[in-house]
Amino acid sequence: MLSKEEVRYIASLSRIDLKDQEIEVFQKTLTAILDYIEKLKKLDVSGIAPTSHVLPLQDVFREDRTRPSLTKVEALRIAPAQAKGSFKVPQVIE
Amino acid sequence: MNLFPLTAHELLDLIKSKAATPQNIFQSLSERTASVEGQVKAFARTRDEKTVLAEIDPAANVPLPITIKDNICIKGEETTCASKILKGFRPPYSATVIEKLRQKGCVVQAQANMDEFAFGSSTENSAYGPTRNPWGLDRVPGGSSGGSAAAVAADEAIWALGSDTGGSIRQPASFCGIVGLKPTYGRVSRYGLIAFASSLDQIGPLTKDVTDCALLMNLIAGHDERDSTSADVPVPDYTKALIKDVKGMKIGIPKEYFIEGMDPEVKQAVDAAVEVLRKAGAVFTEVSLPHTEYAVATYYILATAEASSNLARFDGVQYGLRAQPEKTRKTPLIDLYEETRDKGFGWEAKRRIMLGTYALSSGYYDAYYLRGLKVRTLIKNDFDSVFKEFDAVITPTSPSTAFKIGEKAADPLSMYLSDIYTISANLAGIPAISIPCGFSKEKLPIGLQILGKPFAEETLLRIAYTYEQNTGWHKERTSL
Repeated sequence: MLSKEEVRYIASLSRIDLKDQEIEVFQKTLTAILDYIEKLKKLDVSGIAPTSHVLPLQDVFREDRTRPSLTKVEALRIAPAQAKGSFKVPQVIE
Repeated sequence: MNLFPLTAHELLDLIKSKAATPQNIFQSLSERTASVEGQVKAFARTRDEKTVLAEIDPAANVPLPITIKDNICIKGEETTCASKILKGFRPPYSATVIEKLRQKGCVVQAQANMDEFAFGSSTENSAYGPTRNPWGLDRVPGGSSGGSAAAVAADEAIWALGSDTGGSIRQPASFCGIVGLKPTYGRVSRYGLIAFASSLDQIGPLTKDVTDCALLMNLIAGHDERDSTSADVPVPDYTKALIKDVKGMKIGIPKEYFIEGMDPEVKQAVDAAVEVLRKAGAVFTEVSLPHTEYAVATYYILATAEASSNLARFDGVQYGLRAQPEKTRKTPLIDLYEETRDKGFGWEAKRRIMLGTYALSSGYYDAYYLRGLKVRTLIKNDFDSVFKEFDAVITPTSPSTAFKIGEKAADPLSMYLSDIYTISANLAGIPAISIPCGFSKEKLPIGLQILGKPFAEETLLRIAYTYEQNTGWHKERTSL
């Protein structure tokens, strides 16, 4: 069983501020799923290459030419907050 | 004559013979939507009628309305993945599939409800509330493309696009009694599809019959330099694959799929479907896909790992929801991220992000993620070896018919296991289609799944078409 502290730690890595009652629910459901996933440990995978992608594609290049792209105005139009042509966030450095 | 129950190819014939106009067709769908949408709730939003009518070009090749899953970006139109975190988001560009459809004259009529970020198998995990199955309003339509499937089954849409990461086109197609195709990975551009798991996601058609499936594939398939994982493989004319003949085709039936837990009515319907194809000349043999039982576990490591990375972009900075933290807990910026993501994501999104984050975290990467990638190789090898001898593999699409709304909502693992027959195709990157193959005693649809070699969509369409033309389940309509 994952501990409450472990769930809090995973939530923190995930950048989600979970409320206490959420922690309990995730403790139960995440543990049940992880227990189910344990079945993969029964398999011998030594010498098996990992498949991160099914297509035999490597280093896909396209022609290096300038093409129309989003303007700054278009990109910022949908921002929750902006200032001076940039995305605005709370102050990070004093 | 009512136009809304017709297929796209029937409607195109009517337009050609001047028996109907694209405007009539859209108006008929609008009226149908007005009368049944209150019960089905297939749509996240419908577009303004005047806007749609103004966009119709009657001289275009395919001047028909289409419904689009709410995770495919349409420039200037709200697109939210049925999530609060994208409420009000209007993409500054359109997905490649939208551009391709518009070039041929298709007009977006509505955006379909879905499980938030495509996380689910029932369309219950939506910020807009659940969609209902048109064959039984107390049932789920399946998911995550449940809105797309329900709209087509209820005749509110002629056809629709969905996306399939672990069965999200095929399982709702099965539950709603329609045709759903997950193309080969790389066959259709993912540019503009809001990513769930980038190595598994594919956009595909949900249609009333196999002919429409081929027509829609002709419109959306092809290489796109804006998606580096799209395959530079020539696109055939899929309608040429609509041949009512399977003589001599070799089809495998994987013994691992016919296991305990399968609804006997599903088994009966699939056995009967095999008989139909056998009579039509196909040769069936039992085959083995020995790593089948590991597919769900593998998928829920790899898909959630990719999702946790893809969904990191939703942080309240560039677009979408921004929550204002009331007090400082960590730093103002981290508080903004954490509060935004807590308020913006629903339960299942949080669960999958955390599961994936855990699988990728230091100390667990090898035990979970890397092991998952290796088991994926074993699953892919199983298919590679079967396809050396066989043209296709046939299975049920889902172990059951549509379950009741709320039945699996509190138990995520039982929900995950409802994808047990569909997930392997995504892990192996192969195409798979679900077609209707009968009904249960309660008159709920049952789906037949046909899987094929990479880029062998034509083989699937040919088998599916032969079956469809020998039966006729696709002609059954709901009582709505």
